[in-house]
Amino acid sequence: MTTTDSPQRPARPGDHAERAPARRRRRGTTERGFNRVFRWIATGAGAFILATLAAVALFLLIRAWPALTASEDELSDAVGRIPEGTSLLEFVGPLIFGTLLAALLALALAMPVAMGIGLFISHYAPPRLAQVLGYLVDLLAAIPSVVYGLWGFLVLAPVLKPFWFWLGENLGWFPLFAGQVSATGKVLATVSVVLAVMILPIITAVSREVFLQTPKLHEEAALALGATRWEVIRVAVLPFGRSGVMSAAMLGLGRALGETMAVLMIISPGFLVYSLEILAAARHNTIAAFIALDFAEASGLGVNALIATGLALFLITMAVNMTARAIVARRKDFSGAN
Amino acid sequence: MAQRIDVNDMNIYYGDFLAVEGVSMTIDPKSVTAFIGPSGCGKTTFLRTLNRMHEVTPGARVEGSVELEGVDLYGDDIDPVAVRRNIGMVFQRPNPFPTMSIRDNVLAGVKLNNRKMSKPDQDDLVESSLRGANLWNEVKDRLEKPGSGLSGGQQQRLCIARTIAVKPQVVLMDEPCSALDPISTLAIEDLIQELKKDFTIVIVTHNMQQAARVSDRTAFFNIAGTGKPGRLIEMNDTATIFSSPAVKATEDYVSGRFG
Ligand SMILES: Nc1ncnc2c1ncn2[C@@H]1O[C@H](COP(=O)(O)OP(=O)(O)OP(=O)(O)O)[C@@H](O)[C@H]1O
Ligand SMILES: [Mg+2]
Repeated sequence: MTTTDSPQRPARPGDHAERAPARRRRRGTTERGFNRVFRWIATGAGAFILATLAAVALFLLIRAWPALTASEDELSDAVGRIPEGTSLLEFVGPLIFGTLLAALLALALAMPVAMGIGLFISHYAPPRLAQVLGYLVDLLAAIPSVVYGLWGFLVLAPVLKPFWFWLGENLGWFPLFAGQVSATGKVLATVSVVLAVMILPIITAVSREVFLQTPKLHEEAALALGATRWEVIRVAVLPFGRSGVMSAAMLGLGRALGETMAVLMIISPGFLVYSLEILAAARHNTIAAFIALDFAEASGLGVNALIATGLALFLITMAVNMTARAIVARRKDFSGAN
Repeated sequence: MAQRIDVNDMNIYYGDFLAVEGVSMTIDPKSVTAFIGPSGCGKTTFLRTLNRMHEVTPGARVEGSVELEGVDLYGDDIDPVAVRRNIGMVFQRPNPFPTMSIRDNVLAGVKLNNRKMSKPDQDDLVESSLRGANLWNEVKDRLEKPGSGLSGGQQQRLCIARTIAVKPQVVLMDEPCSALDPISTLAIEDLIQELKKDFTIVIVTHNMQQAARVSDRTAFFNIAGTGKPGRLIEMNDTATIFSSPAVKATEDYVSGRFG
């Protein structure tokens, strides 16, 4: 290339060294310019997220600090619900427990259904039906949580009540169904069902997307070995979708952990107890519902105590996400990524 | 372990598009048959009708019959899943299951077909299949590692091991070497010669030398123009196809004058 530039005269030392890099630099600068802009945007976005996260954590920590360091007497004076001689931990512990219990039960209920619908849409339903079903599921996501709360309170609780009684009578030996079954149906079990319906769309949508992305190559490999449709799903689709489904579950769990209105409207809250009896009244509450209920009346140290429970929720959600990532990363070698 | 295939007047469609028209041929047991022809003439399409993989594509269908030892694979009471268990397939791109170990990849088909198999039997099968695919010595120390960690050529031989582990009657191969280097290609060609002792083999290839080296019979497919259906032009002993073909188009193609 460089020699054709000056065919008449012999190349002198220095010619190449000056020209070629000059041309390269010209092309290089624009490319590098775009690169640099893009890198700044990407880095900026990343830094922004980190900064936001840090700011939230810092806010929670600073505002929770007075409550974390306050004496038991000061706390019970400031927050009506905290009886004499109860430490913050004794108070927040059951709330954390209730939050996790409700969210995990909701996840356990929603996962099989969501994956079933996701698989049906991606691999069984005729295209037309698949599309309609997809829309319907997405519509579920558009319903505001207040409406879910009302529905749970007015419709679902009475409907589920006989079923809860049946469970209590027949499976009462099972720790979750033990204890006195509530006469109103406004219990953690009902809350979990409502939460399950609320997180169904996001889990379904993500798993459907993941299942649809299974490489044709792997599905055909299974088919060519004589796999039935279900076996194709077992050998090719599910293993490929593992980490994606895990992310879907985490998204759902995150929403269930933080849900306020639906829980607040349905549950008859209980305090200071750790209880597995999800059919009994006044045994549980969740952090989000607790904060929402008490925030309006709280002042001074009371606000700090509420923020301290919020901090606990923040930490739980982070822990859940990190655990999920660790699980996904553990079998990276065997993932479909390579 | 090896059976003969008779194809009668196959028309193959994608929806309304007739991709391949009027193919009839006989494929002998324990032989290697090569399909050659220009790109887009329907070699892959036709190959996939031999084990009913064609109908996996939405809207795809066929007319005509494919008989395996006299039994029509497209008969009403035939389960396509059973057909595919009898007629294995190796794809153009190596496709081991990425989430499975090498060992599980080999056993994948067997586990589908017959779930109960003792551990020693499984070990024997893994070894014999991998030996059959000339891969045993390279992987015997890392059977529990993921199959996707192998080289492309090794992955393709793993796919062949996986296919022969279910002991099919027929093995179909769609350009099995097109993603491989010359050394791996030779390894697979040698392997095909070995496999021919037990299986009926059909191989699609773009490589004339390969067709000449490995096959006993060669079928030449051609297409009149874009949008027209592909057809079987000529099928004969490989030596004849490459030395004195009956049709001018075949001669032009094998001598590299078009295609
Ligand atoms: N999934 C599909 N849907 C619709 N048409 C298809 C599909 N697959 C292939 N075809 C068409 O069928 C015809 C034959 O294609 P095919 O892949 O069988 O050719 P081929 O001979 O295998 O070509 P190559 O040598 O490039 O692999 C082509 O016209 C192609 O466009
Ligand atoms: Mg092809």
